[in-house]
Amino acid sequence: MFLNELTELSGVSGCEYEVRNYIKGKLSEIGCEFYVDKLGNIIAHNKGKKNKNIMVSAHMDEVGLIVSCIDSDGFIKFKAVGGIDQRVLNSKVVLVGENNIPGVIGSKAVHLMSDKERGNSIPIDKLYIDIGTSTKEETEKLVNVGDYAAFKSDYVEFGDNMIKAKALDNRAGCSIILELLSQKLDADFYGVFTVMEEVGLRGAEAAAYQLEPDLGIVLEGTVCADMPEVDEHESSTLIGKGAVLSLMDNATIYDIDVVRSVAKIAEDNNITYQYRRSTSGANDAGVIHKIKNGAKVAAISVPCRYIHSSISVASKNDLYSALKLTKQVIIENQKGE
Amino acid sequence: MFNSELMKRLSDCFGPSGREKSIREMIMDEIKELADEITTDPLGNLIARKKGNGKKILFSAHMDQIGLIITHVDEKGFLRFANVGGLNAKELLGLRMVFDNGLEGVICQEELKDKEKVTMSKLFLDVASTDKEFITRNFHVGDMCVFKTEYYETDDCVICKAADDRIGCYILIEALKAHPETENDVYYVFSVQEEVGCRGAKTAGYSIEPDLAIAIDVTATGDTPDGIKMDVKLGGGAAIKLMDKSIITHIEVKDLLTNLAEKNNIKYQYEVLEFGGTDAGQIHTSREGVPSGVISIPTRNLHTSGEIFNKSDVEECIKLLIAAAK
Repeated sequence: MFLNELTELSGVSGCEYEVRNYIKGKLSEIGCEFYVDKLGNIIAHNKGKKNKNIMVSAHMDEVGLIVSCIDSDGFIKFKAVGGIDQRVLNSKVVLVGENNIPGVIGSKAVHLMSDKERGNSIPIDKLYIDIGTSTKEETEKLVNVGDYAAFKSDYVEFGDNMIKAKALDNRAGCSIILELLSQKLDADFYGVFTVMEEVGLRGAEAAAYQLEPDLGIVLEGTVCADMPEVDEHESSTLIGKGAVLSLMDNATIYDIDVVRSVAKIAEDNNITYQYRRSTSGANDAGVIHKIKNGAKVAAISVPCRYIHSSISVASKNDLYSALKLTKQVIIENQKGE
Repeated sequence: MFNSELMKRLSDCFGPSGREKSIREMIMDEIKELADEITTDPLGNLIARKKGNGKKILFSAHMDQIGLIITHVDEKGFLRFANVGGLNAKELLGLRMVFDNGLEGVICQEELKDKEKVTMSKLFLDVASTDKEFITRNFHVGDMCVFKTEYYETDDCVICKAADDRIGCYILIEALKAHPETENDVYYVFSVQEEVGCRGAKTAGYSIEPDLAIAIDVTATGDTPDGIKMDVKLGGGAAIKLMDKSIITHIEVKDLLTNLAEKNNIKYQYEVLEFGGTDAGQIHTSREGVPSGVISIPTRNLHTSGEIFNKSDVEECIKLLIAAAK
């Protein structure tokens, strides 16, 4: 699939153009009709047998950083964009600005920290990006206030069909939609690549307003907490246990008839699936279901460990399950009553 | 006369946010002879219309109630859950809960050294069975349950669950029964998912596009021991909301309701609520904006298994709503 290339692109919320350009290129290759709306969402249309208006969406953006100030020694101060895991920022490699200037997030050395400082994660205002310059002037030649910084992390396949990459939330969803569009199904749907999900589901609202879907299917990379110290009932999702169906989160209560029908489609087609055990978090479904007269929504996700940090881990099997399930859901819903 | 039989049925009917099917069907049955047109929209709002060529008026009361959603059924048959709507983990221990299929459970908590540190994830539901097969057959992730409380009333007050907002639904139904002769085009909306953020009201407000909207919902009171500082009290009449977290009542709507109350000898009180919101919060910012207000029923002990309201306040709310429809 397209995931290896998609996860190596930068696309912090509000600055999704690398991802958008890549997807536009692929859509042209596929020969799929599309347009880009005013906020920067890509809206692609797969024409086919139609019973209802289906919008399948995934967000292009990822959490990251924005440059807020350059200090007198040339160090770059920054703010978080989206709900980033601030504990893990220190000593990560980032790419800054349009020219992808490499930098390292730094802080005071551990040797110089007080006992109290050592016990806590370093607050974001004590961190900076070091791009190897030594004066403000030097840095300003390469970086401007307002530039974005995205994590750099290579796509690596390892273990038993597992992937390590950054931004699997939500390039996983983007890759599934691209794959579906390239399959040229005889089942009508809009494939929507949204912007600014991580800062409040902003792109999806405008996209849904344009499309007025009867059914919205949101594809996501979702939180997975199958780690040793987490109780079973708090684990949210389990890696390798299939596509994830959401029942409720902070922004949506998923129509139970739709959820159970998706589960049945999974069972009928031998696709492994699991329910999301947590009700925290939110995704684009939260705005899609409330648009205009209202819409039914479903969320199908891929479990991703360590999301909202510089690295995430997912299973190719889960990705494949989510792809197969989404495809079947579209086909079944366009069959007619 | 207060229709206790109807209120009891409304209170007892199952319908947490997102699972309003039973309560919707019950209300539909109750009003089907009364409206000119009844529709259900994609999110499940029930919309009853009394047609007219005049002003479009939207009345909204929400059908949904707070509850719990099952997130996990463990090996031993204990159910884990999350809250649906505003519930506090510290206030749940020992409560009886009931599912749509009539099966019940009781809320228990893990042994904790510091009882103050209880969170939802430390609580579980014991459904009174050691039969694993029975449990996996009857309880599923995604099922919801609500408080199990007997309806009780005295001469002047009622204790029940989900008074928030079945008492609003009751008022809407009674007002619809007494719908006045009018040119107005009136929509009685029984909305969904208010308790999780007034989601149903958003789409209903959009599709109806009203000229005036009034939500009917419960409000807190300041008349209990060491209670919140608030002027609203049980028995003080219909509460005309001036402000809460979701709305500042349109000044013309405040004046309209006040004048109607004065003219029709309806007992009323003003309400300023420092927290909370209602359907009117979503509706008044719909499309180009809608002048909106709220008629509130003073209710004690909100969001618990035993909410208390006064029957005479309800009568005043019905009178005010009918006057507003005219």
